[in-house]
Amino acid sequence: MPASKQRALPALLGLTGLGLLALLLSVAVGSVSISLQDLWAVATGGGSELYRELIVSLRAPRALAAFSTGGLLALAGALMQVLLRNPLADPYVLGISGGAAVGALGAMLIGGGLALVSGSAFAGALLSTLLVFGLAQGGGGWTPTRLLLTGVVVAAGWGAVITFMLTMSPADRLPGMLYWLMGDLSYARAPYGAWLVLIPAVLLTLPLGRSLNVLARGPLQAAALGIAVKPLEWLVYILASLLTAVAVTTAGSVGFVGLIVPHMLRLLLGNDQRIILPASVLAGGTLLTVADTLARTVMAPEQLPVGVITALLGVPTFLFLLHRSR
Amino acid sequence: MAVLDIENLIVDIPGRADGEPLNLQVKSGQRWGVLGPNGAGKTSLLHTLAGLRPPRRGQVILNGSPLASLSRREVARQVAVVFQERQDSFPATVMETVLIGRHPFLSAWQRESAEDIRFAQEALSALSLNLLKDRLVSTLSGGERQRVSIATALTQQPTIWLADEPTNHLDLHHQVAVMELLDQQADNGAAVFMCLHDLNLAARWCDHLLLLYPDGELCFGPAQTMLVPAALERLYDQKLVVGQVNGVPVFVPG
Repeated sequence: MPASKQRALPALLGLTGLGLLALLLSVAVGSVSISLQDLWAVATGGGSELYRELIVSLRAPRALAAFSTGGLLALAGALMQVLLRNPLADPYVLGISGGAAVGALGAMLIGGGLALVSGSAFAGALLSTLLVFGLAQGGGGWTPTRLLLTGVVVAAGWGAVITFMLTMSPADRLPGMLYWLMGDLSYARAPYGAWLVLIPAVLLTLPLGRSLNVLARGPLQAAALGIAVKPLEWLVYILASLLTAVAVTTAGSVGFVGLIVPHMLRLLLGNDQRIILPASVLAGGTLLTVADTLARTVMAPEQLPVGVITALLGVPTFLFLLHRSR
Repeated sequence: MAVLDIENLIVDIPGRADGEPLNLQVKSGQRWGVLGPNGAGKTSLLHTLAGLRPPRRGQVILNGSPLASLSRREVARQVAVVFQERQDSFPATVMETVLIGRHPFLSAWQRESAEDIRFAQEALSALSLNLLKDRLVSTLSGGERQRVSIATALTQQPTIWLADEPTNHLDLHHQVAVMELLDQQADNGAAVFMCLHDLNLAARWCDHLLLLYPDGELCFGPAQTMLVPAALERLYDQKLVVGQVNGVPVFVPG
């Protein structure tokens, strides 16, 4: 892949630069703007007490949570698209966010705290993954088509449960629930879990890139070229599900990132997974960090759900790139 | 020596009786053609020989090792498969598609070397695809796409070719070019085993033939002994007119 190889390094370096810039912006911008000098002072251990507090306990954790969530979702989306050989697949296509949402909303409905909401979102995501996989197994093993159909139908089922729960909820709990459903980082205070999953996942997927390129050619061709198809598909499925579950637990179901980021990058860089997977992490993280910064500043002191911004930013960008492509 | 040793093989075709077990040896330098009507199980046989579907009974031995005991990667370093159908769900260029033939030879962290790229470029030249190398495979015609598949297999540098209708979608010139390419591969020591629809290509290019009847009956042997009009008429349930061109029999539906 000589052409894409030449573009790979500059693209990844450029995306890393953009990512750092987005993180910096996210820490500097808000109700109180912090200048670069003050940022530097805090980073080197000095600075005023207020800035320290603002950065260390509020903005930095939130920015890191946004970046890791975006990275997780984009990586999960890219993996799901290859696994299902379907460009329309996103991290939620197999019902993971639906399961997580039912868990989270259930916890909110009984007035549970942040820990309970996160915990039951994660439990719901895993439950949904197991449910879809068990049902898709059926007689004679699962195929991507069967997995996709099962996932879509299970997701529709969760959708009905979610609507039912929203209808039954007292009015004062509704906004919190709707924010969660659109994706919301206001309560993301501990991004470490997400990073602990994201970094090993990236290291694991990097050497898998070429195998995934071959898998994208279909299972028969992949097997003929030396891929152990079933074990690889299992690994990708489990990994993508875990990434999605962690992302949803951190920030609710943020839409669009997992679908459009990998596609945008494919339009720009070609479809070599060795580039697309790490680039997705960087671009997804950047997009969500920028979106979250906008979500908490454009209508300050009101905060918007970050999912609204990812869609508003992502949809036109994606349509432009698609329109321009050959 | 036999590179493919097929022992008591019964291909697993759901809903079909066992039929006759296949005992056959494919040796280096041989050009085998598999003939049979639609649904006789040619493709299933080819996939079973490639280890892509388990046999109902019997086994296939690849260069002395049972196929079932080898990893996919070990098989792919010796055997190339040309499929009848392919999935192009995601955009990829012709060069990228041909280069994945090197996959079985590269470790996880390795990138394609200059030599791998040279193999791919030679394969592109061999199938006159040079001018198309940056095109997306999804924009190619059926025949062009077919040549890309054969180029991918050629990049794999296999010692055994399992080709399912390698001349599908090809115009007359490219049909002959592909058969000449496979012929040359056999001259260089590869074993070629291919399913064919065209009796005349089989008569001209194959030295051994395997006839698969729809009821599970089969027979095989050197090509001259197999090209008996009565047997072929029964195989396809079709009257044939036989002529001779340059000493090679030519079959035309009667």
